[in-house]
Amino acid sequence: MSVSDTNSSPHTTAIETPKNVALFVTCLVDLFRPSIGFASVKLLEDAGCTISVPPAQTCCGQPAYNSGDKADTRDIAMQVIKSFEAYDAVVAPSGSCAAMIKVHYLELFEEGSDWHQRARKLADKTFELTSFLTDILGRNPVTAHFDGVVTYHDSCSGLRELGVEKQPRRLLEAVDGLTLKEMKDSEVCCGFGGTFCIKYPDISNAIVQKKTKNIEDTAATTLLAGDLGCLMNMAGKLKREGSNVDVRHVAEVLAGMTDVPPIGKTRNDKKG
Amino acid sequence: MQITSPYFKEKSSEALKDANLQKAMGNVERGFIDKRANAAANLPEFEALRDRAKEIKDHVLDHLDLYLENYEEKVQETGGRVHWAAGAQDARNIILDICKRANAKTVTKGKSMIAEEIAINEHLERNGIEPIETDLGEYIIQLRGEAPSHIIAPAVHVNKEEVEADFRRSHRHLPPGRNLEDPTSLLSEARSVLRDKFLAADVGITGANFLVAETGTSIIVTNEGNGDLTQILPRVHIVLASIEKIVPTLEDVSQILRVLARSATGQDMSVYTTFSTGPRRAEDPDGPEEYHVVLLDNGRSDMLGTEFQDMLRCIRCGACMNHCPVYNAVGGHSYGWVYPGPMGAVLTPTLIGVEKGGHLPNASTFCGRCESVCPMRIPLPKMMRHWREKEFERHLTPDGMRRGLLLWAWMAKHPKLYHAGSRLVINMLGMIGSRKGSFKRLPLAGGWTEHRDLPVPEGQTFQQQWAARRRNSKVGQAA
Ligand code: SF4
Repeated sequence: MSVSDTNSSPHTTAIETPKNVALFVTCLVDLFRPSIGFASVKLLEDAGCTISVPPAQTCCGQPAYNSGDKADTRDIAMQVIKSFEAYDAVVAPSGSCAAMIKVHYLELFEEGSDWHQRARKLADKTFELTSFLTDILGRNPVTAHFDGVVTYHDSCSGLRELGVEKQPRRLLEAVDGLTLKEMKDSEVCCGFGGTFCIKYPDISNAIVQKKTKNIEDTAATTLLAGDLGCLMNMAGKLKREGSNVDVRHVAEVLAGMTDVPPIGKTRNDKKG
Repeated sequence: MQITSPYFKEKSSEALKDANLQKAMGNVERGFIDKRANAAANLPEFEALRDRAKEIKDHVLDHLDLYLENYEEKVQETGGRVHWAAGAQDARNIILDICKRANAKTVTKGKSMIAEEIAINEHLERNGIEPIETDLGEYIIQLRGEAPSHIIAPAVHVNKEEVEADFRRSHRHLPPGRNLEDPTSLLSEARSVLRDKFLAADVGITGANFLVAETGTSIIVTNEGNGDLTQILPRVHIVLASIEKIVPTLEDVSQILRVLARSATGQDMSVYTTFSTGPRRAEDPDGPEEYHVVLLDNGRSDMLGTEFQDMLRCIRCGACMNHCPVYNAVGGHSYGWVYPGPMGAVLTPTLIGVEKGGHLPNASTFCGRCESVCPMRIPLPKMMRHWREKEFERHLTPDGMRRGLLLWAWMAKHPKLYHAGSRLVINMLGMIGSRKGSFKRLPLAGGWTEHRDLPVPEGQTFQQQWAARRRNSKVGQAA
């Protein structure tokens, strides 16, 4: 396994197949579930990429952005642009953070300005993980095995802002032993919504209840999605409801790294 | 109409506990969504039509003054009159004036959201004139003394058993044995009561889905035909519309009509699409003697040229609320004024002020489903975010929230401190929770743990582990 020095300067010229890839870990993965980050690294390395993790990354700025704090969002965006613009590609195991960089950073800077151009360049080479693997690398590095029936929730930003829908499903098809059972309304929000779930807990709860019902109705034993925020919300609700369904990020299954306990569970918890 | 938008949170929590409401909402949600999806799938050019519809309205909004003048000229040429109303009070006065001059005792009304916006019913009643809603949904909520909870299905929050009870309470002539159990018998009962009212009314007020600049025509789309009777039978017809309803040509209207009903109810076209141009002409078999158009601005012209201009493309199809998880959970009344759902979350702060309407643009997960179905491609989440920016600038964001956010943002801008601090907290949480998998309760996380568990962090941050891995790696060097 090769690990590059994040302080060396990677070449900046765009190449056909991006090799020198920076991982945008995302704040939630960094704090709550590093396993997703390592699963992403494995998938990318198996696909032939060299991975760097710029140490100056914290968060993409979404909490500030969606709370109306544009000044701080802009500062955070500039920090991200500076730390990531030198790589061939930037990949995030989250549709929502990738969309922040790919779609929304542009809205923070005046068109024609230097920062707007830099934001545009970064946007062009930033990708959500499953979309990067399929749409950009065009190959399926998945060699994993997973016994069980899974269902997949489409997280909103990835689906509607980046068009991530078929990509994770195509990758999952390659997982030996796995059966995908679609839930009703897989494209409907899980009620997380970042700070929304804390500002309006009752409404968020009503929405996630519909989601957990649809999950349970599939009789799948594992729930997958591509965004840790949604996953924590659904896992937390399933757990509160006494459900046994396992919850994992799709990257964990694709990378065959399912030896860690599912989200919100311990090794000793009952299997889904 | 009393504004309860500042109490959105309380109202929505009540709504979530209201079994009748939840039952009614559960029944409708699917219908609208599936029907729209089918209608869109069955029309190959649907997406292209959405683009075209957006272009038409964008063009109008860029030249609104010009088209409004054209429109007024045409209305005058056909013998009608245009009245300009800057605000709700102006519109109310103009309408009351017309009704008084017509010696009106009763006024029939077609469905109109602008009528709700200016609360014309209350105003007429206060002045001794009886307004009669003729759209079945509007009629039902008028009996109940309620406001609409949906812009195209005003009584969507009411179950049919409740309607039956309302009818028995207000239609005193009804024999107790009379069957009112199915929607059809309810409809025919309403029809029989309304028929006499149509004939007796002195003035008919309708809204307008479109106003055509090239002909001075106003257009309404309905499914019950009540609008036609409202505008043809009384001696005076008042069209009440807001200024952004203007469309340049009949050709343009026919394009937008193709996306309107499909997005709203999934119909190819609504049952009635009715055009009215001026008062009755000598050769016409019927029609009103007087034709008035009351054009309401009420803050809309202030939206032109701002980040909210796109909202003026709205054709009030209701698709955004049908697809909104928040609307579907709490119903329209929680929003506390005339316009609910995503379009209301953008429009309401404009019309009643962000101090009162500020909750609404915050009560969204930004899931983006509204924007994905809006036939006019209005970037609803983006505009809700604009409201949040205004609230933040003006310190209207709740204090605790604001302080927490600023502290977090400051940390996020100092990566070294951020990583050191987060490492501490996460290592500690990981340790406390190591045997649990998830927390049932956690200080400062009450908003989260009230309804769901909080998964315990794995223990070490990714950055921490990555740094260790690099230290151990032969290839890497420590930073
Ligand atoms: S915002 Fe769009 S979807 Fe919502 S009512 Fe208006 S036109 Fe329809």
